[in-house]
Amino acid sequence: MVRLEETPLPGVGVRHDFDGRFGKRVGVITHRDGRREIFVSRRDDPDACAQSIVLSDEEAEAVADLLGGSTITRHVSRLAQDIEGLAMDWVNLPGFSPYAGRPLGDTMMRTRTGTSIVAIMRDGQAVPAPGPEFPLRAGDTLVVVGTPEGVVRAANLLSGEG
Amino acid sequence: MPLAQLFLELGAVILALAFVGRAAGRLGLTPIPLYLLAGIGLGAFMSLGDAPTEFIHIGAEIGAVLLLFTLGLEYTSQELRDNLKANRQVGLLDLGLNFTPGLVAGFALGFPPLAAVLLGGVTYLTSSGIASKVLADLGRLGNRETPVILAVCVLEDVAMAVYLPVIAALLIGGTLIAIEINLLVALAAFALAFFLALRYGHVLSRLMNVQSSEALLLSVFGLVLVVAGVADLLKVSAAIGAFLVGIALSGEVAERTRGLIEPLRDLFAAVFFVFFGLQLDLGSVPGVLLPALALAVITGATKFMTGWWGAARAGVQTRGRFRAGATLIPRGEFSILIAGLGLELVPMLGPLAAVYVLLTAILGPVLARFDAQLAPLFDRRLREARAG
Repeated sequence: MVRLEETPLPGVGVRHDFDGRFGKRVGVITHRDGRREIFVSRRDDPDACAQSIVLSDEEAEAVADLLGGSTITRHVSRLAQDIEGLAMDWVNLPGFSPYAGRPLGDTMMRTRTGTSIVAIMRDGQAVPAPGPEFPLRAGDTLVVVGTPEGVVRAANLLSGEG
Repeated sequence: MPLAQLFLELGAVILALAFVGRAAGRLGLTPIPLYLLAGIGLGAFMSLGDAPTEFIHIGAEIGAVLLLFTLGLEYTSQELRDNLKANRQVGLLDLGLNFTPGLVAGFALGFPPLAAVLLGGVTYLTSSGIASKVLADLGRLGNRETPVILAVCVLEDVAMAVYLPVIAALLIGGTLIAIEINLLVALAAFALAFFLALRYGHVLSRLMNVQSSEALLLSVFGLVLVVAGVADLLKVSAAIGAFLVGIALSGEVAERTRGLIEPLRDLFAAVFFVFFGLQLDLGSVPGVLLPALALAVITGATKFMTGWWGAARAGVQTRGRFRAGATLIPRGEFSILIAGLGLELVPMLGPLAAVYVLLTAILGPVLARFDAQLAPLFDRRLREARAG
């Protein structure tokens, strides 16, 4: 866990910083007008900033998303590794799949492969826990959970090779 | 015709300031000392008509009021309280080290006691305007010594809030009893206003927070002027009334007001500095050069020590300590403001303060740039001193 230090800067805002593992102090200043400033310290002078980047509110959000996005992927992949024998994959439903346009139940996924479809991603939106009547559409991404072999079989099944 | 003349002359003055400001930006300096110089030059080589001078005079008064109003706006009452608690020692050291040289110099120059107290104020106050601009422009806000610098500025501003009404009461003069009554009234009015601002500031903030920016600007500017006027009637100093209004406004309304009133402040504050320069009699400058230089060197050193010690206490290394010390050296807007109060007591106070501000305002930021080269010198000398 990173030890964040919070320092008020009267008249300016708040500074959060920490001593990074690679020898540099890293921090963010939140200005009172919403601007964010990211800075890194110099290696030869840890008290001074080598570089500081001022971001507008929206830019800061974009950067936070970028950094946050990678955290989520890491968490998910770690989740899959954490439970032994459990695999999780995103499987794309191709246009030539026999199941495009048919309800999810028709794949008989659980019976045939032992895996579960826990969510379907469509148009950037997630449909969690879809029921057997849920109509599949070409281009959907199915989140499949099961044994590693089961997940491979599921992918084959969906592309019509199973 | 007078209107045409007023516009032409004012326009020329303000355009000249714009050029000066841009030049300052190029050089990485703040424009405040250059505005002073512009005023001095203007006074020496041109003579404005009565109407522009009158306007500049009133503009300068509004500038002083707005300077203190935005200063009050800068800080929330919570920040003031926390700072008082956490940085008492640095604040006291700062007061002792930097007020005393001015006071002593005042007596040495044969000033009356009150003028000596004013000179103490001139040497005491770091320019928070210059310091914060240097920090922001050079990307030094994330530096470890920065909170110390800002804390010193905040504490000075608080000290100023007590100092100004007291000085204003003393300046009215009169018999000893009259002075005492004035002093009591001033302090009581200040305490009451401060209490109200801290206690009921949020009510005022809610009342003032109207949707339209136009209405907000007008109501804030109007309120500031009214309070400043009442404060002046009570002999408390108009500027300090404005400071209290600034403290009282907080939260969203303070945020919006800052954006609206800053351009107005920049305009009138520039006029304020020009006016101060205009008033200067160039002939008196050679006479104050030596004392101003001596004061700049001595109080430069004492401010430097203040910053160095404060930063050391915060666990900052040599180079950061050096930067903290150098950044605190510049004196600016408030030194000029204080000197302006005492012009009638000792006319020499004006040129002395102007030259002094010019010297320190240039010395500090320039020194701070050479931290890598100069800081090790201090370090070596310290180590030698300790070893031998």
